[in-house]
Amino acid sequence: MSVSARPLVAAPDDEADPASLEVVPARHPWRWVGVAVVLVLLAQFVHGLVTNPGWDWPTFRQYFTADSILRAVGVTIELTVHGTVLGFALGVVLALMRLSRSPFLQVVSWTYVWAFRSIPLIVQLLFWFNIAYLYQRFDFGIPFGPSFISFDTKDLIGPMSAAVLGLALHQAAYSAEIVRSGIIAVDHGQLEAAAALGIPRLRQFRRIVLPQAMRSILPNAANEVISLFKGTSVVSVMAIGELFYQAQVIYGRNARVVALLMVATVWYIAMTTLLSVVQHHVERHYAKGALRDLPPTPLQRLRARWSALRARAGATR
Amino acid sequence: MSGPMVDLRGIHKSFGALEVLKGVSLEVEQGQVVVVLGPSGSGKSTLLRTINHLEKVDRGHVSIDGDLLGYRRSGGKLHELKEREILKQRTHIGFVFQNFNLFPHLTVLENVAEAPLSAQRKRKAEVHADAVRLLARVGLSDKENAYPRQLSGGQQQRVAIARALALSPKLLLFDEPTSALDPELVGEVLDVIKDLAATGTTMIVVTHEIGFAREVADRVVFMDEGVIVEQGPPTAVLDHPQHPRTRAFLSKVL
Repeated sequence: MSVSARPLVAAPDDEADPASLEVVPARHPWRWVGVAVVLVLLAQFVHGLVTNPGWDWPTFRQYFTADSILRAVGVTIELTVHGTVLGFALGVVLALMRLSRSPFLQVVSWTYVWAFRSIPLIVQLLFWFNIAYLYQRFDFGIPFGPSFISFDTKDLIGPMSAAVLGLALHQAAYSAEIVRSGIIAVDHGQLEAAAALGIPRLRQFRRIVLPQAMRSILPNAANEVISLFKGTSVVSVMAIGELFYQAQVIYGRNARVVALLMVATVWYIAMTTLLSVVQHHVERHYAKGALRDLPPTPLQRLRARWSALRARAGATR
Repeated sequence: MSGPMVDLRGIHKSFGALEVLKGVSLEVEQGQVVVVLGPSGSGKSTLLRTINHLEKVDRGHVSIDGDLLGYRRSGGKLHELKEREILKQRTHIGFVFQNFNLFPHLTVLENVAEAPLSAQRKRKAEVHADAVRLLARVGLSDKENAYPRQLSGGQQQRVAIARALALSPKLLLFDEPTSALDPELVGEVLDVIKDLAATGTTMIVVTHEIGFAREVADRVVFMDEGVIVEQGPPTAVLDHPQHPRTRAFLSKVL
């Protein structure tokens, strides 16, 4: 050790080996002040939720699991699932068209995305809802030639199909860009290596490119699914019995607006939470090899915290 | 085998206005190890990449073991091959990249097994046994289930060599295999390549490792500005270079 610049009257402690000394962690008093302020505000909010009769919790309880609401939740989930599956399927096709070497396919894909991103969803939905006005019949047959089967448009595309069609086609435009961004983010060297090894084209995409693209596709895709899930409430303009429409119908009858909006809200929150949990686990799956070690799940993290706390408590006792 | 393993005739390649290869011809006999030297920008890597059609040539042609690469000759015309057929031709040529380009989401074993499974459609058990043997050969038996990012650069490059060998190629191409490695890791990769050379594998190695060239090469090719300036046995080219550009280059790197 060098001699200290200021000749202090050193306590005997300062001569000792630092490794043998107790470490006193730095204190952060302002953090505790911040925590206290937030806790007070939270307590006020919760107190209001419980005591303010305006929230009308008895009505909330009455309707939260009512048959009509559960059926409406089912319709909302159905719209989301169909919109997601069809939207992303078409989105992948559009992304591949855009990335293909054919200038024609590139332009078609670009134009699709341009058109469907430019028109507000609610306008698109109303168009589909009124499609029977534009085309009365659907004929399947030889283009510009005779037709084999013919359908009445009103039978083929009911309000529900119109809603699914509208949501899926709108979703496809956004999905296409998300998938494309994921694919172009994969290092070009990966494709070169796959090509140099003679791996067939489709296999290159499925086995090499897509799993790596998924890392950047997933967070954006989850965003889209969640926003589509809540976006299904737009469909209420077409008088389809999804969650938001059903809540409106009921409060139209009994005038308990806040309670029924809360019913819808809690269902939306619950389902979104579920989707977020699924997202977390799917992302972990695709993180394989991208990180040296997988990050712990929230549950594992909580458990580690808990055992660390207990170990500390045991040590001080 | 009658003809040479690799036959390059008058290769021209431009990127935009920049002509990178200006008529390169090169023959490599079976079992020969050819080391290509030259300053950066001389076209060595591009030349290597034309040999397995990662770069399409503008003029000239490439034959591997008598087969024209990327084209089929019939009726006095050259017909461009479909991508599927080019991919098939590439399975005869192993390529090792400067940056390894291992598949990061697959384990070491999966990296080595991927091409034999999908490109050669071999049976899983056979491929697995081969992969285990190849990993032992490059000294990585204990790393089968590791992911590439858990390995050092030298280990990753050895996996990449095992992956290239898994197709049992007629020819191995190395594109500056040690340039991305820390100095203390260069040796382990060069040792693996030396072992391969000793077993009679036909190889073309682009490198800056003069010592390696001297020790392993049957022939050294010196390139500059898109042409082969000089070639011959390592002792001739490295110790008694004839061309002033070779001399200038060697005086800088030695």
